[in-house]
Amino acid sequence: MSIPVNSSYSIKRRLSLQLVGSAAILATILFVLVLNFAAQVSEQSQDNILTASVTSILDSASIRGGEVSVDIPYAALSMLGNVSDDRVFYRISADDIFLTGYADLPEVKQQNRPDESAGVRSFITAPYKDDTIRMVSATRQLSVGGEPVNIGVSVAQTRNGQASTLARISRTAIILGLGFFVISAALAIFAAQTSVRPLSRLAVSVSRRGPKDLRPVQSPVPTEMVPLVKSLNSFIARLKTSLTRSEDFIAEAAHRVRTPLATVRVQAEIVMRRVEKPQNRKALKEMIRTIDESSRAAGQLLDHAMVTFRTDHLERKSFELADLVADSVERMAPLAELRDIKIDMLSKDRGQISGDQILIQSAVHNILDNAIKYSPPEQVITVIVQRERQGDLKGITVQIADRGQGFNKNDSARLTERFIRGDNAADTVGSGLGLTIAKEVMQAHGGDLTLNNQQYGEGACVSLYFPF
Amino acid sequence: MRFLLVEDNQNLAMAVVNRLSLDGHVVDHAPDIATAENYTSTTTFDLILLDIMLPDGDGRSFLKQHRKHQNKTPVIVLTARSEISDRVGVLDLGADDYITKPFDFNELEARCRAVLRRRSGSGDNTKNVGNLIFDPLAGTLTVGQKFIELRNKELRLLEILFGAPEMIFSKPNLVDRLFSYDEDVSENAIEVYVARLRKHLDGSPVRITTVRGLGYRLSLP
Repeated sequence: MSIPVNSSYSIKRRLSLQLVGSAAILATILFVLVLNFAAQVSEQSQDNILTASVTSILDSASIRGGEVSVDIPYAALSMLGNVSDDRVFYRISADDIFLTGYADLPEVKQQNRPDESAGVRSFITAPYKDDTIRMVSATRQLSVGGEPVNIGVSVAQTRNGQASTLARISRTAIILGLGFFVISAALAIFAAQTSVRPLSRLAVSVSRRGPKDLRPVQSPVPTEMVPLVKSLNSFIARLKTSLTRSEDFIAEAAHRVRTPLATVRVQAEIVMRRVEKPQNRKALKEMIRTIDESSRAAGQLLDHAMVTFRTDHLERKSFELADLVADSVERMAPLAELRDIKIDMLSKDRGQISGDQILIQSAVHNILDNAIKYSPPEQVITVIVQRERQGDLKGITVQIADRGQGFNKNDSARLTERFIRGDNAADTVGSGLGLTIAKEVMQAHGGDLTLNNQQYGEGACVSLYFPF
Repeated sequence: MRFLLVEDNQNLAMAVVNRLSLDGHVVDHAPDIATAENYTSTTTFDLILLDIMLPDGDGRSFLKQHRKHQNKTPVIVLTARSEISDRVGVLDLGADDYITKPFDFNELEARCRAVLRRRSGSGDNTKNVGNLIFDPLAGTLTVGQKFIELRNKELRLLEILFGAPEMIFSKPNLVDRLFSYDEDVSENAIEVYVARLRKHLDGSPVRITTVRGLGYRLSLP
């Protein structure tokens, strides 16, 4: 019996997705940070070289004979060349008058303050000649005949080398980010699995239990699961109480109904022995029969309730069927003897079946009880336990045959229904539940009950078939 | 036969006591283990009927004590339905049989008889009259060289007659005691069993005589 459970989402999947998602975000942030940092560093180093170049050119500026003279040191431009094959541009001006170099280099607005002799350096990135250049500019004040002259030097370099370095670094950063992502994703999935494991362990330990195992869950669980296990345990306890109560109720009800009936019956029997008038005896006999009938019906009804109850919680155990049948036969022998009936067990094929022994005993008991009731006195009831093959199905059959009237052909299909009794059973005390009980027990065990008449001679034959 | 019934349900106990007394048995009733122990230490019983759930303890502990003291009196345990799974345990503890409450008296009687036969075989209950030996527990009758295994109804009829020799038993009375009420038998059915017993008793000094219009009587020499 399994009821589909409404599952809204998987904690494991959700946790994995969340952790993998955060790993992806972190990896991207790492990638961007590394790239930015690399760009900054490479720009910084280009700026430093450009600055050094500008400074050395400015340093070489001097006044010779009232003229501004700038000797560009060789090192000033060569220090730029060894970085890469980027092109280098420069411009030298005095008081915004172009002196030498590339006149069309972008202008730098300089708000120099007059008291600053070394000038202020400025760094710009600008487009120039279909390329992007990084340019450093600085000024220096010289005095020509008492007049201050501002010497401006700009040195610029294209950024191709820097770009290739950046590309290299970004490749490394991508690999780094991906690696980081893969490792964190693996860790995330592992973490999700580990955190869900106690849940599945609990599920397995509960589902592995037998139907009668109603002990509370006692194995240690994580703190977060304590409320769940607590409510599970209290549910188990409630279930146990209600199961015990139903079982007790069935037993108690049988007791409450049948004990007073037994008392009344004995009183009637005592009176019967003292009564001589035939019509009084007849009435008393009717009364005793009715008491027997109700007592039996009550017993069978509660037996039936017990069988229904137990088939709902079928407790399977492996056992030897022939031994159980032999046991039942031995137990029923004293009852059969009351009518001088012998029960003969003709065959005891071995074969283990798995089932609820109490239920199967009850089925066999009911069939034997019927056989004893409907068999004429001083006859033999035969019991056969026999291995059998029904097509591909292998099983074992218990056949119980009496020498009574047998089943009425029209009845036999309906006889296993509740409270249905055969047309020829009117003279025998019965409840119409015996075959119902046996049939239900057989169905619960995947077996079958069939009603036949004996092939040779008279009598009914009931077969209980158990598949292996 | 002397029975001890250990049962705390007063109604059920009275019913059992009355019913067994009808068949001429003596039944002592103990409502708890203490009373039962009192009885068993002073009296010898033929059979003990023991309930499991008793006000002052578990019937199984009484059973264990009983067997420990080498007391051989057979015990039939009366179990309630909820104790079904304990049945086997009861047999292991030394019970001779069990019967599920609430039970039919016919079944109880039949089980008592079966247990008594299995346990004691034969004993004080054997009747010896001349060349006749009647062993009601074994269900056998020996007349001279002739050995007969009696059928159940024959045995019970002979038992009833031997229980009160020279007393007249009416046919209806015998039918009541021999057949259960769900068997529809005419009073003439008794004649069949009387005829069989007469044949068995042939050659012995014991006679079953018909008292016209009244019934049957067992006459001893």
